[in-house]
Amino acid sequence: MTAIGLHNNRRGTFVSRAFSGATWGQVSVALLILAFLLAFLVWPVATVVWVAFTEKGSGAFTFANFVDFFRTDLFIRSFWNSLYVSAMAVIGASVLAMPLAYFTSRFAFRGAGLIQILGFLPLIMPPFVGAVALQLFFGRNGTVNLLLDDWFGFKLAFMEGLNGVIFVQSIHYFPFILINLSAALRNVDRSMEEAAQNLGSYGFRLFRRVVFPLALPGYVAGASLVFVKVFDDLATPLLLNVKDMLAPQAYLRVTSIGIADPMGYVISVVLIVASVASMWVSSLATRNIDYATTQRGGGGIAKRKLRPWEMALVYVVLTLIILLVLAPHFGLLLLSFATIWSFSPLPDGYTVAHYARVFGESSIYIKNTLLYASLAGLIDIVIGTAISYLVLRTKLIGVRGLDLLATAALAIPGVVLGIGYLRAFYGIPLWDGTPLASLWVVIVIALAIRRLPYALRACYAALQQISASLEEAAENLGATKANTVRRIVVPLMTGGLVAGFITSFATAAVELSATLMLVQANQDAPLAYGLYVFMQSAAGRGPGAALGVIAVVIVALSTVASQYVIERDRRTKAGSTPNE
Amino acid sequence: MTVKALDLKIDDISAAYGDNVVLDGINLDIQPGELFALLGPSGCGKTTLLRLIAGFADARHGRIVVGGKEISHLPPWKRDVGMVFQSYALWPHMTVGENVAFGLRERRLPRAEIKQRVDAALAFVGLTSQIDRRPSQLSGGQQQRVALARTIAIEPKILLLDEPLSNLDAKLRVQVRRELRALQKSLGLTTVIVTHDQEEANTICDRVAVMNEGKVQQVGTPTELYERPVNLFVAQFLGTANVVEGKMTGAGFQSDLGIALPLPKGVDVKPNAKPVFRPQDTMLIPRGQSGEASPSMPGEIVEREFLGSTIRYGVKAGSSHIWIDAPFRSGSSLMEIGDAVDVTVPVERLLWLA
Repeated sequence: MTAIGLHNNRRGTFVSRAFSGATWGQVSVALLILAFLLAFLVWPVATVVWVAFTEKGSGAFTFANFVDFFRTDLFIRSFWNSLYVSAMAVIGASVLAMPLAYFTSRFAFRGAGLIQILGFLPLIMPPFVGAVALQLFFGRNGTVNLLLDDWFGFKLAFMEGLNGVIFVQSIHYFPFILINLSAALRNVDRSMEEAAQNLGSYGFRLFRRVVFPLALPGYVAGASLVFVKVFDDLATPLLLNVKDMLAPQAYLRVTSIGIADPMGYVISVVLIVASVASMWVSSLATRNIDYATTQRGGGGIAKRKLRPWEMALVYVVLTLIILLVLAPHFGLLLLSFATIWSFSPLPDGYTVAHYARVFGESSIYIKNTLLYASLAGLIDIVIGTAISYLVLRTKLIGVRGLDLLATAALAIPGVVLGIGYLRAFYGIPLWDGTPLASLWVVIVIALAIRRLPYALRACYAALQQISASLEEAAENLGATKANTVRRIVVPLMTGGLVAGFITSFATAAVELSATLMLVQANQDAPLAYGLYVFMQSAAGRGPGAALGVIAVVIVALSTVASQYVIERDRRTKAGSTPNE
Repeated sequence: MTVKALDLKIDDISAAYGDNVVLDGINLDIQPGELFALLGPSGCGKTTLLRLIAGFADARHGRIVVGGKEISHLPPWKRDVGMVFQSYALWPHMTVGENVAFGLRERRLPRAEIKQRVDAALAFVGLTSQIDRRPSQLSGGQQQRVALARTIAIEPKILLLDEPLSNLDAKLRVQVRRELRALQKSLGLTTVIVTHDQEEANTICDRVAVMNEGKVQQVGTPTELYERPVNLFVAQFLGTANVVEGKMTGAGFQSDLGIALPLPKGVDVKPNAKPVFRPQDTMLIPRGQSGEASPSMPGEIVEREFLGSTIRYGVKAGSSHIWIDAPFRSGSSLMEIGDAVDVTVPVERLLWLA
């Protein structure tokens, strides 16, 4: 058999699948990806860990830095605060996401598609921008509290301290649960639900006993994402002036005390450990669950028609949620046109001066963002497709490791990656003597590494849905491996790839955690950085809001376009599937 | 375990998706305890009819009556019509026991009774030892039996089986269909089975409704359908049927080879009907040796297939292509491809179908 194997390896046909053979092309692609990940993920993170465990100056191995960390009240308090805020944000996000996911995927009613799209909107706005807008509505002297005080004589502390962070993060990150839960619900095979109905189950009980448990892996995946994102978010607490959380502490240490101070690195290690732990817990929760429930001839769960009063109830609930979710957007829009907005439910007057200013002097931010986010998204889907193909379709030894490594970026908080890049690449001079860390390309790579895990999952899912026999048919008709990938695999993956690209693009466009530290010159700064700088001062809030509105519009348009592509892709594929 | 058998009446059911009519005036009377098949090619509406009985599709018109009670207006969960899905639809997050207990828990039965009925259902299908396993740990045949146990545990009024054998391999299929028949007969439950496989329907079902293009073509026992098909579709869907090409003239039927076939007396023959006969109802005789007793058609052997107990010859006679089965005995001489033959059919064996 092995002799036959050697002959066939040249074309990498059935034997390469049966044995461990692989083509040279596959091996070199794997090695290239490995080199990329080693240089831009492993090395910077290893540097951070190394600094945390060595004595400042001498470079000797020590635990002293960690002892210092655990002896400092501020750090211990920051740790518990981060944990508490993340957990509460998961609960808040679930409360927002579950009704949206359930109603839109379970019932047929007008506007379900629109609601799904509106539900994704928070992702296209940086959370700290939302924080500013939410201050105006829900802050101590914001619209809601002014009205409450007027009518009932009391105020609610939505935005005070940690509450504010939880509130903002819940609204901002709930789409992760919405997306994952909706996708999981759509993948529940119709016959799974019909079998339960046939045996007498219906309504909420049917959802609780059959539909939700089958979608549970999707929910847990979304919830753990929210937890990790909130844990590692830097800009929102900073902008809400909450400094006693871990990410802000790490940032403040490195930027205010200096790149050599070990405490920033120690906190970074704690951040990594906490993220890894939370992901581990979530994987434990779903370990024994492997539901590939969609079966041939199946399809998602059936959409039921609603009675008029049910419909009314659903609309009321969804409208309230959507209003809350859109509050940051409304606030931002008002703020961008406002002359002065302070101690009043609505702005005093309106102007377009902020936009004029933004388009005049700040358009560089917009250009930079479009460039960086597109490049990062592109890098992500190329690497994502390559890794998923290697994992799912070849028996190349160690590819699983590549997958794990790329996914491990999920456990590296943005602020840690930023610190790592600074430390690792500052010492490398370019041809003109400037450090590598100050080159704009480094920002792109940081964004790409940060978003890679999501894009990878999207590519993986897209490829998994393609039956291997479609590729075998192409090979059988004489297509080489490379041509099969190009002509069969990639076209069939288009929907998934576009989805992966857009997720990467949209989230990279509003990312600040990693880049806040890496921006060295104003002309290289992305939009999120510009926003952050504007939002620091009361006078900058108008132009900052205008910039924010532009960011939201740009990303919203591209998301709508991608939605259209995905939908079209889905329809053509549905048409070609044999169905009894 | 046994249950009370009820009759199932399908009363003038029509259904459509948009302008596409999938069921057109279906009437069926299924007897208590009967194993009844809906047989037809893909897209004939048989699955839609089954889903309609279970409540998963909407009819434009008509009623479904079980044991004298109309159920058409009830939602699926109030119908008590047990359905075994083609994909089995076992819930992967529940054990075998939990799957079987599901419908009983939905009915809020006491714990002890649930346990007793789950045990009984699993014992009935011979899977008692698998109660704590997950569906994914079972073979396809076992999964199907779990699906069956899950359905009969609720003691439904009617049992529906959607292509029950399609996910099993060929060898298992023959065994499972015998088991299925034995289980159904010992339960005594009125059962409707959907299949596209005539052998499956013929071997285990009491009666069969042959469906095509949204209409019931004929209802009867397998032998009735085979011996007395009412039209060409039924004749050709159940077994092999040879059609003599030609046209009806004032005097009788004139084959395209110029042979006149008399019409049977006292039988209503449609104006576009053609003579049809089964491969085993005819004889192949080397050219020139036939007597004058029956009309015969001259032809040439163009195909020969060895089927074990029989040899099947394909004969081209004018524009008709005719299959003829001859019993095979070892040592007997075979005819060869290219041989000129006469095909004779006893006139009384001809069916006149359109």
